[in-house]
Amino acid sequence: MSILEVKDLTVTFPGGIEAVRGVSYEVERGEVLGIVGESGSGKSVTSLAVMGLLPKNAAVSGSVKLHGQELLGLREEELVKVRGKAISMIFQDPLSAFTPVYTIGDQIAEAVRVHQKVGKDKAIKRAVELLDLVGIPNPDLRAKAFPHEFSGGMRQRAMIAMAIANDPDLLICDEPTTALDVTIQAQVLEVLKTAQQETGAGIVMITHDLGVIAGMADRVLVMYAGRPVEQAPVDDIYYRPRMPYTMGLLASVPRIDGEEGALVPIEGNPPSPAALPPGCPFAPRCPMKVDMCDEEEPALVPFGGGRHVACIRAHEIEHKGLTGADVFPVPVIPPSEVVNVPRAERATVLELDGMKRHYPLMKGAIMKRRVGTVYAVDGISFDIAEGETLALVGESGCGKTTTLQQIMQLEPPQDGRVVVLGKDSATLDKAARKALRRDLQIVFQDPMAALDPRMPIGDIIAEPLRAHGKKDVAAKVAELLQLVGLAPEHAERYPQQFSGGQRQRIGIARALALEPKLLVLDEPVSALDVSIQAGVINLLEELKNRLGLSYLFVAHDLAVVRHLADRVAVMYLGRIAEIGTVANVYDRPAHPYTQALLSAIPLPDPEMERTRKRILLEGDLPSPANPPSGCRFRTRCPKFARLNEAERQRCVDEEPSVVQQANAVDHGAACHYAEEIEVITASDNQEEE
Amino acid sequence: MRSKVVLRRLVRNKQARFGFIALILLVVLAYVGPFCGAYDWTDKDFMAFMSAPDADHWWGTTAIGQDMYAVTLRGMQKSIVIGLLVALISTGLAAIVGAFAGYFGGWVDRVLMWGVDLLLVLPSFLIIAIVSPRLREGASWLWFVVLLAAFSWMVTSRVVRSMTLSLREREYVLAAVYMGIPRWKIIFRHIVPNLSSLLIIDATLNVSGAIIGEAALSFFGFGIQPPDVSLGTLIAEGSRNATGYPWLFAFPAGLLVALVLSVNLIGDGLRDALDPGSNS
Amino acid sequence: MGKYLLRRLAINVILVAIAASLAYMLAATTMNPRAAYEGRQPPVPEAVIDATLDAYNLNDKTPVLERYATWAKGVVTGDFGKTWNGGSVNSEMGRRIMVSLRLLLIGTILGFALGVALGAFSAVKQYKLSDRLIGVSSFVIMAIPVFVLATLLAIGTYNVNRGLGFTLIEYTGEYNPRLTGWDQFLNRLNHLILPTISLSLGSIAFYSRIQRNMMLDVLNQDFVRTAMAKGLRRRTALVKHALRTALIPSATYFAFAFGTMFTGATFTEKIFSWHGMGAWLVDSINQNDVNSVAAVTFFAAVCILVASFLSDVLVAALDPRVRVN
Repeated sequence: MSILEVKDLTVTFPGGIEAVRGVSYEVERGEVLGIVGESGSGKSVTSLAVMGLLPKNAAVSGSVKLHGQELLGLREEELVKVRGKAISMIFQDPLSAFTPVYTIGDQIAEAVRVHQKVGKDKAIKRAVELLDLVGIPNPDLRAKAFPHEFSGGMRQRAMIAMAIANDPDLLICDEPTTALDVTIQAQVLEVLKTAQQETGAGIVMITHDLGVIAGMADRVLVMYAGRPVEQAPVDDIYYRPRMPYTMGLLASVPRIDGEEGALVPIEGNPPSPAALPPGCPFAPRCPMKVDMCDEEEPALVPFGGGRHVACIRAHEIEHKGLTGADVFPVPVIPPSEVVNVPRAERATVLELDGMKRHYPLMKGAIMKRRVGTVYAVDGISFDIAEGETLALVGESGCGKTTTLQQIMQLEPPQDGRVVVLGKDSATLDKAARKALRRDLQIVFQDPMAALDPRMPIGDIIAEPLRAHGKKDVAAKVAELLQLVGLAPEHAERYPQQFSGGQRQRIGIARALALEPKLLVLDEPVSALDVSIQAGVINLLEELKNRLGLSYLFVAHDLAVVRHLADRVAVMYLGRIAEIGTVANVYDRPAHPYTQALLSAIPLPDPEMERTRKRILLEGDLPSPANPPSGCRFRTRCPKFARLNEAERQRCVDEEPSVVQQANAVDHGAACHYAEEIEVITASDNQEEE
Repeated sequence: MRSKVVLRRLVRNKQARFGFIALILLVVLAYVGPFCGAYDWTDKDFMAFMSAPDADHWWGTTAIGQDMYAVTLRGMQKSIVIGLLVALISTGLAAIVGAFAGYFGGWVDRVLMWGVDLLLVLPSFLIIAIVSPRLREGASWLWFVVLLAAFSWMVTSRVVRSMTLSLREREYVLAAVYMGIPRWKIIFRHIVPNLSSLLIIDATLNVSGAIIGEAALSFFGFGIQPPDVSLGTLIAEGSRNATGYPWLFAFPAGLLVALVLSVNLIGDGLRDALDPGSNS
Repeated sequence: MGKYLLRRLAINVILVAIAASLAYMLAATTMNPRAAYEGRQPPVPEAVIDATLDAYNLNDKTPVLERYATWAKGVVTGDFGKTWNGGSVNSEMGRRIMVSLRLLLIGTILGFALGVALGAFSAVKQYKLSDRLIGVSSFVIMAIPVFVLATLLAIGTYNVNRGLGFTLIEYTGEYNPRLTGWDQFLNRLNHLILPTISLSLGSIAFYSRIQRNMMLDVLNQDFVRTAMAKGLRRRTALVKHALRTALIPSATYFAFAFGTMFTGATFTEKIFSWHGMGAWLVDSINQNDVNSVAAVTFFAAVCILVASFLSDVLVAALDPRVRVN
């Protein structure tokens, strides 16, 4: 018998906004049900409704049965016996999910004491045990720490510890790893699997990340516009999707093991829940749309083999064996002409040589004082040739944003050199700096924050033009809007009226206004949904080829990087760990960190996820204020653990610098014991630990 | 677009609507009302000292035979003007000082904030109390406005500064920097407009604060000087005989409360309308 | 830590010195203590006046800088000089601080406690009748200046007392000196009723607004949801998690208000005839009492700086995030 049975769940918010419209699913003991959907698809609201945690003004109807007991409409006295005991929940942002003024240990102990009659001391002891179980080092000490003193990954572990404190039957995980770096995500997913084994609980895993679901879920429910559109065992969803939305979603995900070239975008935007189209909500974006799609919303009907699909053409898709690439048009991106010239003969647009940026580390809000130095960027070197994209990748805290700021400021660095288009930033005067800014522009990560909300987008795009005294601004703005795929008459609207993807296009238009030669892209797609992301990536690719731009592309998503970049530099704690062409670094990573990073990325491929062996890193990133001596990665390095004493001593004493790999043209790694291995495609010949 | 949304939310906001209607009525009363009354505020009726409200003197008369209706409205005019002017000056000052200190940082910040600290510590009540009775020339009340404004902007400027600190790191401000736009231009184009909700709310609260402040100082004789009148001076006089001659106290005090209340209602309604997080 | 505190102390000492000096110079150059002696019947000879004023360091014939130097020397050694009629400013100040303390302590604490409770309650009941009632009343109360409120209270009490034919509630002064022991204590409490109401009503309204806003901010945050997801009842989650966190800002306001309360009650003290610090400021200005004016200013500046330090310390005590970073 299933633990949880949800039937026809609908949630309506005031103003007739139907956030969830008829969701039904079941979860068995020990089973993982994945719920996938983009932002606004109603996946989180569904789970809050199950927990009875929605605000009072939300109208919930349908049925939620736990072990056959109806939860909807239950009185609070009854409901509190279920919450945290039979069903636990893990939230997305572990920082805001803990009360900031109590220690982690106290908060877990509180969860224990709500449902078990134990004394305070015993509850604290149990909390420490739980923290130990989820892999937090020195749990008795860490239990006394406050939430803000934990790193993101540690907080999420503590959150899991709290959720399993009362041995629940069902765990609802709402985007549990979205806020985390990949290597930390891999650790947390591992902990989650342990937790499931420990409790035998069923899991409802809500996420937008198709890779995570592929590795975790047994069955998958795909949601769109508040409704499930497809539900099936995980392999069927990934290998035999029968709803065009699912197909498009899978086709638009950039894959770390994928081919280079254009991604498949889904045109348009998800509908607003306040203004749903008649008929199938996906119809306006669907290339397979026929007139009948607009008449009636198709129901989620059984399709055989435990599958359910809500599409009138599902049988046709099955019959013809169509795939996402067949259904969705693959855009053609004109190739770049620059690539025909060998790299060595092209001009260098950006050169960093031993660049350093250190910050004073301040402590105390009332009593501010310097307690040390943050070695944010500690001597990095790379160059970008004309028409080339260099990606700077690394996890949060590795120094990539600092590097980018230092470049954009065009001020003399603390140490080393920054040379932009042949001009050393140390030698620039005010006028030369302003002149150089025309050729160096930036696209920011958060498309909302990057546009002044009080300016119409026409003015936003015109701002750089006016600042540099260009004539004929209006015509130029119209031209730029068209260039990025927006209509010129949009110029009078405000940023709030655009969707995330459109805003990012506006940001790109502004950056292109002065016809720069080098564009710095700071995580330009990380805030966007997958189906939107593909379109923006294609646009960037196309612009680069058409306008002969060079990109410095800063990102943490290695799959996106693989699609867009020519060369890649991997950063760790303010230093470059590995650098080289995308093919070299991805297919034959030589630095243990790059290897771990690549192996941590979940693939949207259940088969491969099942057979893959991950290189899991221990612990968190050390503080950049106190980096380890010698090689900075040695404290977490899986290779270091396998070295003998004499070899280890070298890692401790001597900081490795980037050395070209002997057998490759453009491939350097900063490891004393660099050794190329394959981590992505072939899981069999991977080293055994 | 945004202003349209704000306006719509404002109109839909019940508090703000009451506030606006009340304020408009009060302003009309203050400026049109005197033409309806039979007496000018300088007239003295020697036939009626301290007479209770009747058909002739609607709101009664004072100890020297002034018509309470005319005098009170005159006082209200002064209070309204003082409130508006003080709010304008002090909010403007707060915005500029706060934004410059926050955006430029470094020594500019230190100097400006030290000045703010100093002004906070300086005995504002004392300075106004000593200086204003000595300003007996024609436009003395203008000096009073300046004094009042000079001591009422500091707290807001600190708030503006701390908000500027976070705005400074916003990507659209960075984008402007990377375009090569001069810093003072960035302050006026990107920083101050994005603080406008705070500033508008602050300005309305400053209006009521200034009206109360003027009345408070005048209550002790440190504010508006005779022969000029304000609600504060009238309340001060009225409260001395409030038990026997309640109309001397009730009318100015009631109007003062109504004025402050309506402005506060508008301020609070604005806060709701401008704050995208509020769900009213 | 020590170095930081020393620096902060030094800056504060300078600020106080500037504020007090400025007040002294302003008072000394504009005020005329001589007036109190000149109009007397029978007339006092000028030489006698001069001698008296000289003794009090108030003689306007002495250059102001010289008077300032004398005054400053005194202040440095802890002597604030003489009042206009020869009393010791120090002992007057000590007496008045105690009066203010007795008057204000209850009202300040009561105002905070009730205000926070009402605000939190109001936030939890958002848009319900009780929320609207609390909201409207606090709005109306905040629109009534304290001098109007105090006068209204006095009028009301006067009429009640007259109607009853005996004094139910006292409305002037601190106590009846003719009573002793237990009776005097009760009498003191009776005298406290009206000023305490007039003081605390405003702060109740103020804190209830702040606390309501803070509470609303916190109510929608994830950690309240987490607390309920663990199985806590809504009310427990609200009190233990939401209120505790939302208390931080109002508590810092309170710390500031507590530090500055000695000088904040000018109107209440004047209207209900308590001779505390607030009333002294007005009295000393009206009496041309230069040294007292400077002393009050000095005291007020110290209060403000202590208060801001107090609120910083309180934030750190309540908020672990501030404590550690």
